[in-house]
Amino acid sequence: MSPLLGQVQIRERAQDSCVSDNGFCPDWIAHNLDRYVDPFLQHVLLTVVAVTIGFAIAFALAVVAYRRRWLINPVTQVTGVLYTVPSIAAFFLLLPITGRGFLTAIVALVAYVLLIIFRNVLTGLDNVPDETKDAGRGMGLTDRQLLWRVEVPLALPEIMAGLRIAVTTTVGLATLAFFAGAGGLGEQIFADINFKSNVVVAGGLAVALAALLDAAILLAQRAVTPWTRAAAAAR
Amino acid sequence: MDEGGGRGAMSDFLEAIKFIFTERESPAGGSQVGGLDQIWSLMSEHLQLSGVATAIACAIAVPLGLWLGHVGKGGFLAINASNVGRAVPSLALIAFFVAYIGVGFTNLTLALVLLAIPPILTNTYTGVRQVDRDTVDSARGMGMTGAQVVRRVELPLALPLIFGGVRISAVNVVATATIAPLAGVVTLGDPIINVNTYGDEGRLAAAIVVALLAVATEVVLGAAQSAVTPRGLKLEGGGRLRRLVMSINGREATT
Repeated sequence: MSPLLGQVQIRERAQDSCVSDNGFCPDWIAHNLDRYVDPFLQHVLLTVVAVTIGFAIAFALAVVAYRRRWLINPVTQVTGVLYTVPSIAAFFLLLPITGRGFLTAIVALVAYVLLIIFRNVLTGLDNVPDETKDAGRGMGLTDRQLLWRVEVPLALPEIMAGLRIAVTTTVGLATLAFFAGAGGLGEQIFADINFKSNVVVAGGLAVALAALLDAAILLAQRAVTPWTRAAAAAR
Repeated sequence: MDEGGGRGAMSDFLEAIKFIFTERESPAGGSQVGGLDQIWSLMSEHLQLSGVATAIACAIAVPLGLWLGHVGKGGFLAINASNVGRAVPSLALIAFFVAYIGVGFTNLTLALVLLAIPPILTNTYTGVRQVDRDTVDSARGMGMTGAQVVRRVELPLALPLIFGGVRISAVNVVATATIAPLAGVVTLGDPIINVNTYGDEGRLAAAIVVALLAVATEVVLGAAQSAVTPRGLKLEGGGRLRRLVMSINGREATT
């Protein structure tokens, strides 16, 4: 596969000895960036959809387990096994059930992030000081009001931290989603794993995407938790 | 989701399990695939690669983390190592090694070592820093030297978190060793990547074995972690403190 691909590239750009020598070729990269656009967008879609669904499920589980403590152990154990099964194995274990494609990749990626988010949401809720909750109750808040107006907002730093871990991890795992037939940047890496320029661009885009999404969530976290900055400034 | 599909999935899994136990001719022809002997040889290569990489990573990250934690420097490095490590996809790391450094057992081991260091380093550093400062002061007051404080106080108290880091790394390395055939090392990932040789049932069989291997690694190292945890730390107070610390610093620091 690789020699053939190399031949085609050399024919396309006959004067480019860099490509035929398998060097790092800025020219080749500049002329071929467009072939990375679709895989990149697939990668973004995989990550965003998987983390969104995973967050919805794990957040709900954590809120329920926060009130009904006996649920914590079974949920942790089940999500723990899902977290431990390597995603590349999960893709093929799901294949006979969900078939090749986007759905299989999403199910495996969602299964992977559940534990991360569940644990962080629960830790965040548990760390809310008892006095604060008592004050809320004293003001006449119902359990539901207490949850949404006091506990969840105060748990936001933890929750967002979990989200950041989930996103960067998912970007990494989504590089394997092509094994499930769902494309992504991994497919580009795999297409010519010996070609330096290709590996650097496709791998670099994955790292950049992880850093970008991480920074975006960090900014969102600062926006929704202004009091943490005030506290840091006062110290 | 219809009945036919369900039965199809069931028979796929049965075929895969048969593949583990019985040899048959390769769909590509010319060679025999499947059977316990072959699965065993793939698994031993898988375990050897993972074991060597994890051991080297421990030999580097634990002393470094102990030292950084002891002198209280380099916290930014030690804690962000995990964040950076997470952002680099394992496939990209291995592809980088294949393209720039070369294939083979040694090169791949090196790549996996890089992958395994960050969680161990972060957890070791966090483990040492969470040791009660009063405990360290009283050890010094008893006349212990710096080295003795590390060996007799900080290391034992940090051991549960260190093992937590080793556990995370080992499971991650076992998972990543599945794509080792891309770098020329024939692990349990071989039937997954070279599906033409092994057939669909071989690929599913390998996925089953890899999944079981990862879960077994997690269970065994979890038991080891539990065994090295000093009994005092298992009490609620210690657990609460560790939870607090891990919630602030190493969010991966499962205990």
